[in-house]
Amino acid sequence: MTPPLLSVENLRTWFHTASGVARSVDGVSFVVNSGETLGIVGESGCGKSVTALSILRLIQAPGRIEDGSHIMFEGKDLVTLDDGAMREVRGNRISMIFQEPMSALNPVFTVGDQVAEVARVHGAGSRRDAWKRAVEMLTLTGIPSPEERAKQYPHQLSGGMRQRVLIAMALIMNPALVIADEPTTALDVTIQAQILELLSGLQQRLGTSILMITHDLGVIAETATRVLVMYGGEIVEEASVETLFGAAHHPYTEGLMQAMPQISESRERLNVIPGTVPPPTAWPSGCRFRDRCPYAWERCEQEHPPLYEISAGHTSRCHLAVEPERRAHPHLPLVEQTGAAV
Amino acid sequence: MNSDTPLLISAASRFGRRWIARDRATMVAAVLLLAIAIPCILAPIVAPHDPVVMPDPVGLKSKPPSDMYVLGTDKYSRDVLSRLLYGGRLSLSVAVLATLVSITLGTAYGAAAGYSRGLLRAALDRMLDALLSIPRLLLLIAIFAAWEDIPIGGFIVILGVTGWYGVARLVRGQVLALKAQDFVAAARALGSTQSRIFFRHVLPNVVTPVVVAATLGIGHVIVLEAGLSYLGIGVHLPTPSWGNMIHDGSDGIWGDWWMALFPGLAIVLTVMAFNVLGDALLRALQPRQQATG
Amino acid sequence: MAVFLARRISQGLIVVVLVATIVFFLIHAAPGDPFSAQMDNPAISESVREAWRKSFGLDRPLAEQYLRYVANVFRGDLGFSLSKHRPVIHVLGDAMPNTLLLMFTGLAGGFGIGIAAALAQVRNRGRAVDKILGGLSLAFLSVPDFWLALLILVAFSSWLAGFPIGGAVDPLNYESLGAGGKLLDRLEHLALPAVTLTLLYFPIIARHQKAALLDVIPSEYVTTARAKGVSERAVINRHALRNALLPIITLLGVAFPALLTGTVFVEKVFGWPGMGTVIVDSIGSRDYPLLTACVIFGSALVVTGSIIADILYRRFDPRLRDEL
Repeated sequence: MTPPLLSVENLRTWFHTASGVARSVDGVSFVVNSGETLGIVGESGCGKSVTALSILRLIQAPGRIEDGSHIMFEGKDLVTLDDGAMREVRGNRISMIFQEPMSALNPVFTVGDQVAEVARVHGAGSRRDAWKRAVEMLTLTGIPSPEERAKQYPHQLSGGMRQRVLIAMALIMNPALVIADEPTTALDVTIQAQILELLSGLQQRLGTSILMITHDLGVIAETATRVLVMYGGEIVEEASVETLFGAAHHPYTEGLMQAMPQISESRERLNVIPGTVPPPTAWPSGCRFRDRCPYAWERCEQEHPPLYEISAGHTSRCHLAVEPERRAHPHLPLVEQTGAAV
Repeated sequence: MNSDTPLLISAASRFGRRWIARDRATMVAAVLLLAIAIPCILAPIVAPHDPVVMPDPVGLKSKPPSDMYVLGTDKYSRDVLSRLLYGGRLSLSVAVLATLVSITLGTAYGAAAGYSRGLLRAALDRMLDALLSIPRLLLLIAIFAAWEDIPIGGFIVILGVTGWYGVARLVRGQVLALKAQDFVAAARALGSTQSRIFFRHVLPNVVTPVVVAATLGIGHVIVLEAGLSYLGIGVHLPTPSWGNMIHDGSDGIWGDWWMALFPGLAIVLTVMAFNVLGDALLRALQPRQQATG
Repeated sequence: MAVFLARRISQGLIVVVLVATIVFFLIHAAPGDPFSAQMDNPAISESVREAWRKSFGLDRPLAEQYLRYVANVFRGDLGFSLSKHRPVIHVLGDAMPNTLLLMFTGLAGGFGIGIAAALAQVRNRGRAVDKILGGLSLAFLSVPDFWLALLILVAFSSWLAGFPIGGAVDPLNYESLGAGGKLLDRLEHLALPAVTLTLLYFPIIARHQKAALLDVIPSEYVTTARAKGVSERAVINRHALRNALLPIITLLGVAFPALLTGTVFVEKVFGWPGMGTVIVDSIGSRDYPLLTACVIFGSALVVTGSIIADILYRRFDPRLRDEL
């Protein structure tokens, strides 16, 4: 087994604000292997974006990566790397694709300039070389008339094209890992499909690993080989994509699956997971999902569940792993009983 | 509208406690301002000497600071400290009153411009843009050079009348933004009349940036009046104002530095205090504004 | 672009005409003759006064005087300066270049130092540099223009260095200097007033620029730039600044009236032979034709400044460039 490309160990990113400490990422560990696509799925507020930003050390005050967190990449711990070396990594060995293509691009510089900037910053030759390389990347990402488009400004391009520009920016230095943070959320459904196809095609061509962050299970199904489900700043389930869709264990994952509307079904009401995500300044004791869980019992309040191993490569942070008989007695989640978290 | 007064007062006191007590610089500024303003207002009681009478035009002329004349005497043998106190009284009152005139006119015009439509709106907007392009100092110079003996009341009004355009633009912007907000539409859907909406919902939101503008504006007027007095067309001698004291003292500035230095320092400290307070006010009120936005 | 320019210029003309009208009626509505300083001289006989009145058209109805005046202005005839005994337009012609030179230097200095200060403050947020610069900014913002000018004059012409005490050139020796000497002389005389204006105006620029930068820095594209591996320095100096400069360009238009005010006082204190000195002198001598013309010119300058700012803004923001 080749060693993993990226190994995140006990990552904790906390935000020290005047109104308390928000533990947005609270002890997350996972690996990304070469050539694979790892998906991270969860609702907003679960900490997935913060995880992504933490890997590239893009967290700004009052946020901080706490001591005891390690992010091992190419033999170095990114958490303790000095600023200069970290900048070498960004855009070069690990790069990121952001969610909102319009706001992620600087409105006053041409698209070509912004793509070429990555190459310039990482010493890939003269301005002219960098520009040529940028145009090549734009061609690779399927942008028509790339020479002209490169000289245009972001506001002159459509949403789909801007996203392709972001992808070009992320791949121009042929990084080992690309972190895609909700790359299709801001796009129309038809464009979404094109972008995802583009990404997987480029991945095959260049051998890049992808960390795909999304709330959309459909995207996960299409692109990921392994999946992490995050909730409450933690990983609550880890499985291969087949296992996840075929035999999910954690009640939260179950809820997510059921919430997906199926075109084959005809129903009058959508399934929702009752309640809302608790605030990161005040995670509940014990299991963080218990107020919204249809199976929770006393143990869930008293004991914070560890990641139990269900089978090879499949873990779940749920006491049902050791007391599976409880699954036979679902009840109304606490949040529905009293109308508020207990 | 009477039922809203306690609301506004409690809001004001909440803000007062929040923004004055929180930041050290702001507290220093507030204390400084009081330290300057109170003695000035109480000048008739506190000043050691008469500001206008010339006790000894020959013997006491242009004396440096001493025990009896703490800040020295000017070239007419008058006590600089006393003149500074009386001058402050005058400069501060002029500035505050003129600013009051400005914000009243500005708010009225801005509200009218924000509420009007069509041709009237276009006309008001154009007028405002034009007025904003007139350099205030030059206009004031023209006015005060032409009219030499304006009583202090007229002086204040004219200062006020030339300074409301900024406030008007501010208020107009606020009114336009608020009109588009949902809570206004909601109020209207619930049956409130336009004027009730204005006084209950729009005006309180407009008050906050206007108060900030007023605080900073007082500082501007102090400097402006000083400038006019320095040029000889502001407050006329022998009545002291900080500006004309500098005018008096500017001839002798190479040797008798105290005559021009102290009034200038007084202006700098006072205006700095107003600026710091205005900034603190802006910071304290901004998050609220974002909440409604 | 042409349409836009035409619109702005015509708007500007309206403003100038408006100002001219206001000033005209103000001066003529004031008690006494516009030429009362000269008129009230008892040495001048009544017949001479009558003749003057007639020749200046003062015996005509006010409305007619006004129209004649406006027509004259558009023809380039701004009246006759009674205190300088020359046509107003000649007085202004001599004074304007000096004022423009000073204003331009003050503007360049103010913007240069202001932007540099804002960048330094933002890069060192919360540290000593930030607080010191902030304090200096505040102090210079609160200072009366003329007082600062006085202090600088005294400080640098007698106490500290030996800068000249006024004027634009050395009144005695200038003519006899060589070309290099003349340049040096001019620079020496320009130094103090220019420095004063810079100190007066950099705080406004610095404050607005700092606010604009702070506004822009949380933007997503700044995070993107960091994610690309761009150094923090370049992130602020290149990505953030370029966007934060846009509101500053607007400030250029707004800064003109303030700059004009400051220039008036600075010119007076330093004896700089520009429009400011002319204005102040004309107050003292009650030379109304001159004063009126100066106020009108001042407005025209302000309007021009704001038009230039508008044009620059459109050129610099690529989002607006196509809309022209």
